[in-house]
Amino acid sequence: MRYAMAVDTKKCVGCSDCVVACQTENKVPIGYCRDWIVEVTDGTYPQLEIEIRSERCNHCDNSPCVRCCPTGASHYADGGVVLVTHEACIGCGACIASCPYDARYPHPDGYVDKCTFCLENRVQKGLNPACVSVCPTKCLYFGDLDDPNSPVSLVLKKRKWKTLIPEAGTDPQLYFLV
Amino acid sequence: MREELIISGRMNRLVDPVLNIWHWHIPLYLFLGGLAAGILFFAALVTIQGKADKYPTAAKLAPFLTPFLLALGLLALFLDLNHKLFFWRLYTTIRLESPMSWGAWTLMVVMPLSLIWCALNIREIFPRWDWKYPILFKTEAFFKNNLLTISWIMLVFSLILGVYTGILFSAFNARPLWNTSILGPLFLTSGLSTGAAAIVLMSKQQTERNYFARIDLMLIGIEIFLIIHMFMGFLASTQVHIEAAQLFLGGPYTTVFWMFVFSFGLVVPAILEILELRGFHMPHWLAPSLVLFGGIMLRFIMAYAGQASRWLY
Repeated sequence: MRYAMAVDTKKCVGCSDCVVACQTENKVPIGYCRDWIVEVTDGTYPQLEIEIRSERCNHCDNSPCVRCCPTGASHYADGGVVLVTHEACIGCGACIASCPYDARYPHPDGYVDKCTFCLENRVQKGLNPACVSVCPTKCLYFGDLDDPNSPVSLVLKKRKWKTLIPEAGTDPQLYFLV
Repeated sequence: MREELIISGRMNRLVDPVLNIWHWHIPLYLFLGGLAAGILFFAALVTIQGKADKYPTAAKLAPFLTPFLLALGLLALFLDLNHKLFFWRLYTTIRLESPMSWGAWTLMVVMPLSLIWCALNIREIFPRWDWKYPILFKTEAFFKNNLLTISWIMLVFSLILGVYTGILFSAFNARPLWNTSILGPLFLTSGLSTGAAAIVLMSKQQTERNYFARIDLMLIGIEIFLIIHMFMGFLASTQVHIEAAQLFLGGPYTTVFWMFVFSFGLVVPAILEILELRGFHMPHWLAPSLVLFGGIMLRFIMAYAGQASRWLY
């Protein structure tokens, strides 16, 4: 099993619904977020191209955060999802410094927090992650890459895609349809 | 033209707009750890060479600083943790992939070694020291009989501690400025250099001061070579590494680095040491104090500048 997510940059309008849904579902403390929207503008007016991306933890296959964690709090859970065990995290910040996507933050309670793909609270109950289920343009696809008929496998077969800074060697599992 | 903006708003504390997760604690610890490693290295080295009586400051006196330096460094590390009550989790696992885990365990070895070393030399400071209990006399005798073995263990572990202070940073490929394998040798050399400087500062004998000033001079030379090599490596590497080097080559850290680390921390003390060895009269404390100052500045600047360097996508 290998959970992954695809983001359709052609359909995303940057409404930030995914951000709010995540904050609500995961009780993210006020002032923090686990996912966010990036708008990239290329070119010179009036020849402009815009790409909008809903970004979050890439749940990398070769995660620097899991590698550098001194206590093993950061670990690979079911389906390659990268999680943090709160009671094993000492809050040293090594994983935060090691993430080229800046996807982690220090939770006010002390441990380090990040996107979980809603693994325990939704996915293992048969639901989609909060961000995916709430997206009004249905631009987010989630599923198991080992299942050829999962929404994410199907859309990655059909469309061209890219990942973010693959040259960082992290083998990210957040795919952007272009 | 290309412009990337986070439009949903993201202002995660200590991460945005620029990573700021590590403050004074980490660089201070890296400096103190490197300094302690340097002092212990020379103490072990002169003992192995059988020159402990010739260089008593290095072999016996300076090591008394190290338990305090290490304790202070550990306190800084502890204060840096956000989930402090769980710090003991470091010692429930050994993670070979994580430099921080390596460091935690290395300190677990070096700290007792430094205490043993102090206990063996306690009569240098308190001539009428009495261990009171026979078991303590026996323990002392045991360690005294195995002094050479302990020296070798301490030599190796002080080197590991010194290198680790640099590897801690260089393991993060997310921060291009840190992601160079030169950082390990550079911080080790700087740690040994500050250790030699501390010995020069404490020593009351001209011969010992000159001997360690000569060693320090050589280490400063190696450090300058490694710094030049580091920038050559960055400039010949990828765009993000070039941009990381530019933080020091025209960017916001140019002045502080070339002035406080390179000039006042390396070149000036080197010149002063050369002049002193040639017989010019200099204040003895000046050159080693500058070396210590340069060592601490190197750690602070690398810690802050590293967090400002990043991948762009």
